[in-house]
Amino acid sequence: MPEQLEILQYFWKALVVGLLVTLCASLLGVTLVLRRFSMIGDGLSHIGFGALAVAAAFGWAPLPVAIPAVIAAAFLLLRGGGEKLRGDAAVALLSAGCLALGVLVLTLSGGSNVDLMSYMFGSLLYAKSADVLLCLALSVVVLTGFGLFYHRIFSVTFDEPFARATGVRTSAYQLLTAILTAVTIVLGMRMMGTLLISSLVIFPALIAMRVCKSFFGVTLTAAASAVACYLIGFALTCFSPRGLPTGATIVTVNLCAFGLFACIGWARSRRKAHCDPPHSGAVEGGFKT
Amino acid sequence: MPENAAVLTCRSLCLGYENREVLHGLSFRLRGGECLCVVGENGSGKSTLLRALLGLKKPTHGDVIYGGGLTRKSIGYLPQQSAAQKDFPAKAAEVVRSGFLNAMGARPWYSKAEKQRAAAVMAQLGVADLALRCFRELSGGQQRRVLLARALCAAGGLLLLDEPEAGLDPIAAQELSRLIGELHKEQGIAVIHVTHEIHEALREADLVLHLAAQPGEYFLGTPEEYRNSPLSERFLMK
Ligand SMILES: Nc1ncnc2c1ncn2[C@@H]1O[C@H](COP(=O)(O)OP(=O)(O)OP(=O)(O)O)[C@@H](O)[C@H]1O
Ligand SMILES: [Mg+2]
Repeated sequence: MPEQLEILQYFWKALVVGLLVTLCASLLGVTLVLRRFSMIGDGLSHIGFGALAVAAAFGWAPLPVAIPAVIAAAFLLLRGGGEKLRGDAAVALLSAGCLALGVLVLTLSGGSNVDLMSYMFGSLLYAKSADVLLCLALSVVVLTGFGLFYHRIFSVTFDEPFARATGVRTSAYQLLTAILTAVTIVLGMRMMGTLLISSLVIFPALIAMRVCKSFFGVTLTAAASAVACYLIGFALTCFSPRGLPTGATIVTVNLCAFGLFACIGWARSRRKAHCDPPHSGAVEGGFKT
Repeated sequence: MPENAAVLTCRSLCLGYENREVLHGLSFRLRGGECLCVVGENGSGKSTLLRALLGLKKPTHGDVIYGGGLTRKSIGYLPQQSAAQKDFPAKAAEVVRSGFLNAMGARPWYSKAEKQRAAAVMAQLGVADLALRCFRELSGGQQRRVLLARALCAAGGLLLLDEPEAGLDPIAAQELSRLIGELHKEQGIAVIHVTHEIHEALREADLVLHLAAQPGEYFLGTPEEYRNSPLSERFLMK
């Protein structure tokens, strides 16, 4: 039964690509969210969308066009985009511009609404063999990078001027983060969709920050919750009778996890506040009562 | 490090923001184990000078030269205002240990000796029992002490402190000035101490740099000379 075999292959490719992209995005997301670059994933995916649309219009291969374009944009944005055009404004400007450009090019080149929809909301069927290899390479780089440079990543994220003043090469770390984020987003966006890929970057870090108080804990919890949410979302998509959209399902699972962790964090802080019984330490007339 | 080799030399340093000049033509030399106390009015450019010495700010003219075996990797720094994120999830011990990064080379993890030294420095500054607490949940003064501990861990040859006693209680401030004395007299670490606690600081200092509000105007000399100089008159409230 060759047809079933083919479906099974698609299934495995989608599972592997998604899992690796999710893992990388969650690790990178920890430093991005803590450095106030939450929207960078969103911006980059829109830029990637523009690049993919241009590539499709001219009949070029998608990844060789999109990856360099997004890396360049990521580097520009993470460097602060010059002193005058900073942070959120720069991201918003670039992402809206590229989204508009992409939609225009796609429409002018005769693409149908179906193409547009699948770019926007993603599809599991986009995982190709090339993506699997790239994903494997990417995750090896991200995981070993986090293992070897964990303390330096902490220092650069926590207090960049101090790290630079004491001789850590912060610009090298910024460049590396920019490249890895860009590749992660381009690989993930065709599956998760342009509109939803950024949630893979933001959600795990935010979920972990509800309950963890150390950088190490946040990093581990973010990776674990990202993988768990992805697997649950993927299973729901595959086994639901009415083909649920992958991206939206995974994001919804993440949202539920966020709610759950927020409740846990809240309950913990309340319990802490309640378990210290009030005791009178007031000193009256020189005697402790 | 030989005691009398110059670790830091400034040659006709000019600093400014956009087109406003803050410092003009400042030259001085600091030897290993010396303590330089920097005083001056608010906005006279003390913090800007420290940032230039660290290479965080480019001089508009002149240069900063490290010598006597000093490199960027053996400098400790306590900023006036920390750029650290307010809601960052980090344990105090993680923050203190990150001071050792500069000396680690390619080694990915902290050694046992470094962890012990971090614990010792935290004990010295009275924050040992906060080691496992979350940095963002500490009080302002406690955070200041933790950042001070990080600076001490990073200081191999030179320590730059920007108003370290700000926010510390009197006991901690006294302990700090004792510690500064020990660092430069016994361990041979050069210290640049920006401060407004002028009487306290003059006792420890080998050199005084007074930056006046006017960019080109400054005094550099020993505490004795400073006490007799016209610039110090209003500052010391004689
Ligand atoms: N980022 C900046 N952009 C523009 N001007 C600045 C900047 N930082 C400081 N200045 C200006 O440079 C001058 C020197 O500032 P600096 O912070 O070095 O003063 P300071 O001597 O450390 O003062 P304080 O005693 O209040 O700490 C001030 O006039 C200030 O307005
Ligand atoms: Mg200052």
